[in-house]
Parts: sequence; structure tokens; C-alpha cells
Amino acid sequence: MSAKKPLLELKGLTKSFGGLQVVDHLDVDVNEGEIVSLIGPNGAGKTTVFNLVTGIYEPDSGEIVFEGENIAGLAPHAITKRGIARTFQTLRLFLNMSVKENVMAAAYGHTNSTALEAVLRLPRARREEREIAQMAEEKLAFFGDRLKGYRHDQPAYSLSYANRRRLEIARAMGTNPRLLLLDEPAAGMNPKETQELTELIGRLRTNGGYTVMVIEHDMHVVEGISDRVVALDHGEKIAEGTFEECCTNDRVIEAYLGLQATAT
Amino acid sequence: MTEPTEPRVGVDDWVAQHEERLEERKGLVGLLGRWLAYAPAPARLAAFALFAGTLPFWMDRGDLFAYGIFTLLYILLGLGLNVVVGYAGLLDLGYVAFFGIGAYSYGLLSSEHYGIHWPALASIPLVMLGTAAVGLILGITSRRLLGDYLAIVTLFFGQAFVVFVNAANPTVHGKGLTGGPNGVVDIDPLRFFGYELTTRTHQYFFLLGTVVVVLTALHFLSESRTGRAWRALREDPLAAEAMSIPVNRLKLMAFAIGAAIAGLAGCIFASVLTAVSPGNFGLPILITIYAIVILGGIGSLTGVVLGAIVINISFQFLAPENPQSNARVLFFAVLALVLVLAVRQRWLGAALVGAVIVFGFVTQAIVEAVAPSWSGGNVTEGGRLADVVQNWVVIPEGHDRFGNFAYVALVVAILVLTRLPGWWRTAALVPTVYLAAIVWENSFVEQPQVARWILFGSLLIGLMTVRPQGLLGTPRVEIV
Repeated sequence: MSAKKPLLELKGLTKSFGGLQVVDHLDVDVNEGEIVSLIGPNGAGKTTVFNLVTGIYEPDSGEIVFEGENIAGLAPHAITKRGIARTFQTLRLFLNMSVKENVMAAAYGHTNSTALEAVLRLPRARREEREIAQMAEEKLAFFGDRLKGYRHDQPAYSLSYANRRRLEIARAMGTNPRLLLLDEPAAGMNPKETQELTELIGRLRTNGGYTVMVIEHDMHVVEGISDRVVALDHGEKIAEGTFEECCTNDRVIEAYLGLQATAT
Repeated sequence: MTEPTEPRVGVDDWVAQHEERLEERKGLVGLLGRWLAYAPAPARLAAFALFAGTLPFWMDRGDLFAYGIFTLLYILLGLGLNVVVGYAGLLDLGYVAFFGIGAYSYGLLSSEHYGIHWPALASIPLVMLGTAAVGLILGITSRRLLGDYLAIVTLFFGQAFVVFVNAANPTVHGKGLTGGPNGVVDIDPLRFFGYELTTRTHQYFFLLGTVVVVLTALHFLSESRTGRAWRALREDPLAAEAMSIPVNRLKLMAFAIGAAIAGLAGCIFASVLTAVSPGNFGLPILITIYAIVILGGIGSLTGVVLGAIVINISFQFLAPENPQSNARVLFFAVLALVLVLAVRQRWLGAALVGAVIVFGFVTQAIVEAVAPSWSGGNVTEGGRLADVVQNWVVIPEGHDRFGNFAYVALVVAILVLTRLPGWWRTAALVPTVYLAAIVWENSFVEQPQVARWILFGSLLIGLMTVRPQGLLGTPRVEIV
């Protein structure tokens, strides 16, 4: 692994809002096929890192290198097209579209037929339509019984909270990414569903071939899935390593529990 | 209903029974609704085209113009607006300007105004490209604006167009650049390969063909990646952008395609009417087109067709040239509908309608006995209900001023009504509704122009109360 170039490299990534330094000279590498967790207390800048990587914010300085190219400053849709897809912590599904359509809509970046071709039903448009529909079913099949069959044509708003989280992941998969950024995928799930999700993220790598970066507060999930954990506080990297290394790190405990906890 | 089984994790029963609940709606309305919702699109299109195709064979020329041609024009306009507002979710209030630009461009390219007489095969594509380009320019300048702000800028654009054609360089070319307030007159009919569409029937069939082609094209477009991307950006632009959809480019595309369809409608409008003037492209038509799209159900092609039919027919029904009987029947129907809807229980609504009728006859009888001159006025002539109304509504001899006072009293009565508690309000409904009838018979019925808009408004409000998503729209949910 070490000989290959990492899939994603963040080099000295910096972002501030007014006087508030949200991300401060952050260096993180994500290798091909790895599952990396980003942890840290609320307001540590985790989601901002995702927003920077996906182009929703432009970094003040620093580089975001994906597959050897600097993608900082590109429009979000162009970045997604290159192979980085994300889910949203606050759930931003296309609520009034059907479950299947949500995934199909995400295929925009890797399809090419024009509006005119669609109107005239030319072969390429028809072929792409078939392929997208099939692709959407495959991605939804990843979630087993949860998003199967009769749910495909239901509007997304009819889904339960946990299913919405699953659909967010399926939609991100619909863009054919190499790197998946999951923002708190287990938030609001019950213990059984959380367990299921932990397995799912493992399968995303083994069966789906995705490299995954996860923001998560549930330490059981983090423990269960992570090859490597990166801990942030006030936008700075305070620890990096295996789950055990990070959890026993003094600065991480301090960030989560306060200075006194470190002393004991 | 199925026997409730044990609860299953992750299975939403309410949703699973969605189809069943749809089936529950009984009767003709339910049947029609289900057919419209589930019939395959080609069947719906064929049914529409077949029915519309028979129109010229049983309607006289005047009706074909008023009901047929205008409905089709409204459908075309609604379809264009549906792309911008329904699919892409952009609140474009300048839409009617594209219609105007199309009509004026065609007029100027095919009349003695500049002495140019292009065949339609050359001018229509050119005009559509031109309006699409203007749409693109409006889109580029306002693509970063959201919601209300976009609405304000585009509304300004629409109004600027009217001002422009009214006042642009009156001295140029003798008649002015655009003909000023008189507009462009003596516009050629559509001409293909030397063949001119001069009769109403020919124009109607050409328009019907155009509508069918545009409907088909938009159906395919909405089921394509472009259509899905539009709906995605309407739902959540940020998420759409993050899902590899170039939001700005798609917004511009929606603007351009909507504008091109409006331009096409403008060409046909100008050729059919043979004259255009600034007054054709003001706010009333904009409101009408919006009403069509909203009434039909935003984003639904069948909805646009249905909305255009309903609105144009009620408009022609209420047209000032028509006898007032139509307006009167519609007014009392709407009044009864409002009464029944205002109270939840059906029996109470029916009882209230009965109470209002009795209240009217009693009041009329008392007034006639006490002060005969107060009920000596004659009902405005026309229609089936006139005789009944004569004995039901109090109409004083010189009732102009009485009508105005009654109107003020009605406003006060409605204000009081909203503040009354419980049963008092239900009881007060009866005299208030009767007062509304008095206002109508003494004042509005003689001013068809005003009456028309008031009825149109109440019709819309009534329908939107019953079905906020429009006739065929899917109920939209905004829960996060």
C-alpha cells in the first residue's frame, strides 16, 4: 500500500469563517480501499472537511489531491463526477421523487445523452435509461430487504428515518464514486440498525470496492469499521492511528471529556 | 382492509397501504382520478387527441375559436411554464414576456410593418431560437437568485417588455419600432410551402398537432436524465449539485426551453389573431397561465392540459359577451360549495344551504309586506335562475347605491363572522351568505368584468382548499 500514491491527500487544508479557524492546516491521506473514520467533538470541523473535499466550500489555502490531481476550487458537480460522493448529516434527499429516481438522478455525471436525444428517443438515450434503472436497482439491492421491491416507486418522504439514511448512501453510490464520504451514517438509528450499518460499511469496501471516509460519533461503529482513525479538535488533527491508539490518546480524551479526565 | 399482522421492523404500514387507500375513493370522480393517475401516458394522449380532434365537427366557428383554439394556446403556454416552474422549480414571473417576444417577432417578420413576409417554416424556428436566447440571457443574469428574488427580477423583466413595446422609438419607420400602443396589425396567417392556414379549422388542427408533439417531447424529456435532474434541483439544489448535477447549466436550459415553447405559442397566437398589442401580454395572462399550471398540479403534463381546459372554459363561460345567466349559475354553485365546505359535516352543510334558501324567501316576503318599494327592483335579466332570484333576493328600485352599501356591510359581516365562537359562527353564516347574494344581484351581476375575476378567484381558492396539490399533482411534502 505504502508504495502507491494515496487516493485522497489533504495537504495543509485551511478554512476560516470570519475570525473562526474551522480547519487548520490539516494533513490527511486516504489510501485506496481503506476505511478512515473522522472523529472529534461537536464543532471540531469534521463536516467542514467534507464540505471542502466535495467543493461546497473553497479552501483558504492548501491542496486537495484526488487521484494525483488538485481538485480544490472545482465546482461540486465536477468533483463528484471525478469520483467523490457524499451523504449529508442532515439528510438532503429528493423527498418528492421516488426511491429509485433518487438513485437514478445521481447518475447524471456518468451519462451523456442530451435533451434532444431523449426527446427523439435515440438509441443512446434509451440504452442509458435502461442502464441507469438497472444500476439503481443494483445499488438499492445492497441494502437487502430494507429498500427492496415495492419501495422503489414510493416517494422518498415515505421512508423511515433509518431508511432515509440508507437511501442517502445508495444515492451517493449512484454517482459511481471511488471515494464515499459518509457523514454520520448511524445518527438516529437503533442498536440493531447500527449493527447492520457497521456490516454494510464493511461490505461497501469488500463488495462495492469503494474507499470510505466516515464521520461518526458512535464509537461502536468507529471501532467496528475503521482501518484508521483521525481525531480532530478545533480544526486541527490531534491524533491519528488505529482505534485503540486514538482512544487512549491523551489529547483525544481531553477534547472529549475535558482536561481533568486526562489527569486520572 | 387486511387483517393487521404483527408489526414488522422497518415496514411502514401506512405507506404499504398507499394503493389501497387510493382505491377507496368511490364513484365517478374516483374512477376518473384513478384512470388519470394510472392510465399509461400514450392512452391519455390518444384520448385527448381523439376527443380534441372531433371538436371542429360539432362546434361552430366562433366556439371553436373561443373554446378550442384558446384552450390549446393555453395548454401550450402552460406546458412551457411547467418546464420552468414545475420541473426546475424556478419562480419565473417574466414568462409572459417570452410569449410576447414570440408574438411580436412573428408579427414583425410577417406583416406590412416592415414589409417582410417570411414563410412560417423559416420564421417559427428563428423566433423559437430567439426567445430561447433571450431566456438564456435572463437566466444568466438571474441564475444565482433564489425564490422571491428571482420572482422579483423576472417580474420586472416581464413588465419591462410591456413598457418597451408600448413606447419604443415611436418615430422610427413611421409606425414606430414595435407599433406602440396599437401594436402590429394585419399579420399573415401561417404559411407552409405556399399553403396558408386561414380557416379556423385548419388553424385548430395545426395547433392540436403542435400541442401533441410538444406534449410527447416533454413527456420523454421529463423521463430522461435531464428531467430527473430538473426535479432533483427543484427538491434540493445543493444535494443535486453534490450528486454530479450541474445545477446552473440545467437552470439555464429550463429557462431556454420554457422560453422557446412560449415563443412558439406566441407565433401561433399572432398568426391566429392577425394582430398583437402590448395589452395582450400583461399581468392578467401571466396570472392565468400560472393558475393553469397550479390548478392542474405543478409538474404534471396531464394536469396542465386539464387545468387549461377548466380555466379556459370557465373563462369563456364568464365572458362578458355571454348572457349573465352563466355567471349567475356559477356564482350560486360556488356559494353553495363554499357553504358545504365551510362546515365539516355534510348534513350541516346541506342544512345550511336549506336555511339560506328559506331565510331568503322569508326576508323577501317581510320586506315586500313592510316596504314594497324596497323590493320593487327588477332582477337583471337572463337565465334560468332569474325568476327564482326575483322572489328570493331583496332588490330595491334604484339599487346602485344599495349594492355598494351592501358590499361594505358584507365585508364587515365577514370580519365579524371570523371572530365569532362556535355555533354563533355557524348561525351567522346564513345571513352573511344571503348578504353575499344581495351584493351579487344588486351590484356585481351588472359588472361582468369584475364579476368574472371575482368568480375566477373564488373558484381557484375553493379548488385549492380541497386539493392543495392541484387536480393531478402529487402532494408534496417538505418534512426533513
